[in-house]
Amino acid sequence: MFWFMPDQEAAVRLIGLRKSFGPVEAVSGIDLEIADGEFFAMLGPSGSGKTTVLRMIAGFESPTAGMVELGGVDVTRLAPFERDVNTVFQDYALFPHMSVLDNVEYGLRVKKVPRSERRERALAALGSVRLDGFERRRPSQLSGGQRQRVALARALVNRPRVLLLDEPLGALDLKLREEMQVELKSIQREVGITFLFVTHDQEEALTMSDRVAVFDQGRIEQVGTPAEVYERPATPFVASFVGTSNLISGDAAHAVLGKGGTYSVRPEKLRLSDLDAAVGADEHSATGTVAEVVYAGPATRFVVDLDVGGRLVALQQNLQVSSMEVTELRGSRVRLVWNRRHEFAIAS
Amino acid sequence: MDPRLDGDQGLMTATAAPGVHAPPGGPRRRLAAFLHRHARVRLSLLLSAPMAWLGAAYLGSLAALFVTAFWSVDTFTGNLVKEFTWANFRDIVTGEVYRTIALRSLGVAVLVTLIDLVIAFPMAFAMAKLASPRAQRWLVIAVLTPLWASYLVKAYAWRVLLSAGGVLGWGYGLGATVLTLSYLWLPYMILPIYAGLERLPNSLLDAAGDLGARGWRTFRTVVWPLTFPAVAAGSIFTFSLSLGDYIAVKIVGGSSQLIGNVVYDNIGAANNLPFAAAVATVPVVIMLFYLAAVRRTGALENL
Repeated sequence: MFWFMPDQEAAVRLIGLRKSFGPVEAVSGIDLEIADGEFFAMLGPSGSGKTTVLRMIAGFESPTAGMVELGGVDVTRLAPFERDVNTVFQDYALFPHMSVLDNVEYGLRVKKVPRSERRERALAALGSVRLDGFERRRPSQLSGGQRQRVALARALVNRPRVLLLDEPLGALDLKLREEMQVELKSIQREVGITFLFVTHDQEEALTMSDRVAVFDQGRIEQVGTPAEVYERPATPFVASFVGTSNLISGDAAHAVLGKGGTYSVRPEKLRLSDLDAAVGADEHSATGTVAEVVYAGPATRFVVDLDVGGRLVALQQNLQVSSMEVTELRGSRVRLVWNRRHEFAIAS
Repeated sequence: MDPRLDGDQGLMTATAAPGVHAPPGGPRRRLAAFLHRHARVRLSLLLSAPMAWLGAAYLGSLAALFVTAFWSVDTFTGNLVKEFTWANFRDIVTGEVYRTIALRSLGVAVLVTLIDLVIAFPMAFAMAKLASPRAQRWLVIAVLTPLWASYLVKAYAWRVLLSAGGVLGWGYGLGATVLTLSYLWLPYMILPIYAGLERLPNSLLDAAGDLGARGWRTFRTVVWPLTFPAVAAGSIFTFSLSLGDYIAVKIVGGSSQLIGNVVYDNIGAANNLPFAAAVATVPVVIMLFYLAAVRRTGALENL
């Protein structure tokens, strides 16, 4: 079976990775395996250590302890230019004194790829990010979204084993960000390169990636598919950071669920009903008063203070109602109903 | 009551008169409001003093220098003869001595600039990119400190160092002059390059390394082209300061002479102000050529 091993090597493997800056420990022991061809997200608030981990994989920072393996090879002590990874930087880091084409060709020129092949590959890369005809422009003559795509082309043209993306969509406006999310995903499927990207935007992580690692205070709180992380958060931190935290704990848990501990239910799983609404055998429910109504176009968030203590947020699609009608519900008495299989115990 | 005026209108005129529409407060407030509304007036008020200085004191004296350069001196009486003549410039161009001295001065200025560049760039790079913020502050202070000491003190310190019995004991001459001038003008090269490197985003260095470039290549293709304007700015300082200097060469230069010495000697000993003015235009012209050359590289556009 040995000969199968190289194919099964993880694209990236982190073993006991730590990094301290003076007295501050930014990364406190990370173990992680990312499979070949995976679109992997490192999600966490700022200061959670995710960018430092990315920089250690790229080689810009050297770890205080632990190991970085790329394709089964230990690269912990190698310089950035010796590693088969490329990075899309948060500020894009395009060379301002070079044309778009020279930027994209830079890596190939360093690797002494012959001129004609270089040109051909660079033009193909620019084509794949839909920037044909922009070769002669300077980065300063491009919009934010175009610069972002040049940065992507400049990295992809080298066909690295792993592409690292540091908050790649952070500087774009909402509309463009949503477009690029779809585009990045399709580009990744086309080229088949492992994408490892860092973001603080939970929606971005959930929509784009195959798997997500949720970071907090230099540690990984949970690794899993977007659905796993969202539907079954492993810790209270994950529950609150990924989506809205709807926790039922203590006396409320005893009163409503008939058991102790901490449980999470996602807002869209809650159904807003009349006080005397029927509750099915496989359902739980709790009564309360609507404290706040937040109308958000396609849906409305109802903040409900439970009679047994605690507060839950319910998200309802605005299928028939208008903003006038929903805001009138403020202060009214309601019953929240949800299916039992949507409540999950959380380790505190 | 006036039939054309109803009660309301009367009330309006009564209350609207001084208090409501006029800006509250005294003349200072009104002046501030006026300046706020008239940006051009504000700008010209702010610039009038510096422009007067630049025009009268700076450009005026330069113009006087050029005019004087075309006069001559009566050799018997020593009085100025205010009549136009090319004689001074003819003497400079045809005189072997002056050509040698001009070329020597040019050589010294180029050499000092190159030496300062070679020393300043690594220093500025370490300050801007490698040092911790704390060390960075101290290094900037260390670079600035020599500027607080008098020029003469520093030049004489080098004289002592270089004297036959001194620590270095290399003696005086053109080499000693170059060395001393390099020392004197080094901060003027370090600081602009440091500022230029500060503005260079670290991510560009990371990006070059990420794309496979080693140190030298990163320097050649990214750092140097992007900091060249800063280097040009620094070189303008070191070049022009060296070109005009005559004190350092007097102190450590031994018997060698630079353009500055010729100017000085003609003002003092020879009492030939017009000739001194003509000689003084030589470094000005060289500087104009130098600035034109720097401009051609496009470095001045990003200053």
